[in-house]
Amino acid sequence: MIVAEHLRGELRELTRELVTAAQQLSGPVTVAVIARDPTVFDVSFQGVDEIVNVPLGQEEFENDVYQTALEALIADRQPHAVLLGFTVNSMGYGPAVAAKLALGFASDVHGLALEGETVVATRSFYGGKVDAELEFPAERPVLLLVRPTAFAPAADGGNAPATEFAVELPPARARHLEFEEAAMGDVDITTADFLLSVGRGIGDKEAIPRFEQLADKLGAVLSVSRPLVDAGWMPNARQVGQSGKTVKPKVYLALGISGAVQHLAGMKTSDTIIAVNTDPEAAIFNVAHFGAVADLFDVAAELEKLS
Amino acid sequence: MKIVVCVKQVAVLGDEVEFTADARDVDPDFLDFALNEWDSYATEEALHIREDLGAEGDEVVVVSVGGAHVEDAMRRCLAMGADRAIRVDHSRPADPITVARLVAPVVQRESPDLVFCGVQSSDGVQAATGTALAELLDLPRVAVVTRIEWDPSAGRATVRRELEGGLLDVTEVDTPALLTIQTGINQPRYANLRAIKQAEQKQIAVVSPAEQGEPAYRVRRMFAPPKGEGAQILAGGPADIARRIREIVEERLK
Repeated sequence: MIVAEHLRGELRELTRELVTAAQQLSGPVTVAVIARDPTVFDVSFQGVDEIVNVPLGQEEFENDVYQTALEALIADRQPHAVLLGFTVNSMGYGPAVAAKLALGFASDVHGLALEGETVVATRSFYGGKVDAELEFPAERPVLLLVRPTAFAPAADGGNAPATEFAVELPPARARHLEFEEAAMGDVDITTADFLLSVGRGIGDKEAIPRFEQLADKLGAVLSVSRPLVDAGWMPNARQVGQSGKTVKPKVYLALGISGAVQHLAGMKTSDTIIAVNTDPEAAIFNVAHFGAVADLFDVAAELEKLS
Repeated sequence: MKIVVCVKQVAVLGDEVEFTADARDVDPDFLDFALNEWDSYATEEALHIREDLGAEGDEVVVVSVGGAHVEDAMRRCLAMGADRAIRVDHSRPADPITVARLVAPVVQRESPDLVFCGVQSSDGVQAATGTALAELLDLPRVAVVTRIEWDPSAGRATVRRELEGGLLDVTEVDTPALLTIQTGINQPRYANLRAIKQAEQKQIAVVSPAEQGEPAYRVRRMFAPPKGEGAQILAGGPADIARRIREIVEERLK
């Protein structure tokens, strides 16, 4: 069973990826849609065997509501595996369901297989530098949060029957009030052809103007990884990554960015990725097309010299 | 008023890695240790609230799970200004649900007004312990919080929850509550040398683990991730690298 991911009336692409992930585990795939009006979301993808619509009295996500709905679905359908996206919403209720029902659990799962009757999940540890295969308690369902973009999206054109599933919902203890958009910045990094991206490696705030000038000189727009925004050195609008912007420039030049999963999620589909890092094992090299093991300041100094 | 902050001493893997003989974990000789970055923000946020709202007798209590060596990270929090620290003595690696089961009785005994956890740990990246712990404590919770406005007398807080793409969800939550704290919510303070010295003298309470049940997963095999096609390596010194970068950029932007 998977739970459809949607936000502000839009189904997220990740829902299709969850269908593909679920297919790795053989059994029939049920898509649960929890929403005010679940029928507005078309989840009839290839590979879906059943759609369960769970209507709510509200549009937006609240973790108590989703938790109650998912627990009722698990009790009723007895799935062998429940797959949610590794998203902020799912982080708010998935682990609670797993703890309450004593399910097998792991998050940020990027590989799945069925060996006999046994689910084997692959995920990373130690900052993405190693992978591990996990196995789960026998005779218990597993609940897994699946990494976005790890599985191919399922295609349109399924014809699964839909049923409605009514759940008695508790009053939410954490209530959605409204959304606030992140402040728009002076530039839109999502439309740039060439991004020069820097991260924690630049050391301190005083280095920012130097890289702004270098970006200007190269004809690039300067973007940054999360730590520079956290430190208050650059505005959120310049941030590449899961909690910032998803970018796909023609060229992405990363100086001193190690490549945290959340950063890679925001840039790995760029046409050409060039990475400079002193750590030859940095995760950024796994997605880069060109890599140089070097100090970013040395390379920056040489780039400045080129006319 | 009391705030409990759950913290973790994380393992940092350097450039090289070897695995233990059973291939189920990294050889600890290849690991360094540090206070989890998210937890330093969580600690700062608790201290900030105590200083803002606090009265005599208010406390920030740090709780962690691990062997004696994790006390280094806990002392960092004490040096920042936390009042007390409690360590659940459990030295084997544990999944996030098990960690939540280990700390739950300790947090319960403290009857805090707020419980903070970091969103995730830098080594595990499960983003699960806080939400699981809230369930075990039957507390309302909000995950991935970047701003907190708390009115203790009203019994609720208004928080910003950071969704993907930087969208913020303004959420009202009943308190006591558990919040998982995102980086950037504040600027964690540096402890001065005197505070660090004083923290070394502080007693850290040690409690034995409670029954934790079956783990949520077992590591069957740990291994170096398969390399993709891999980056084409630009050889030479910085000047050669810079020249090649410019060539590639010029060609690709055509």
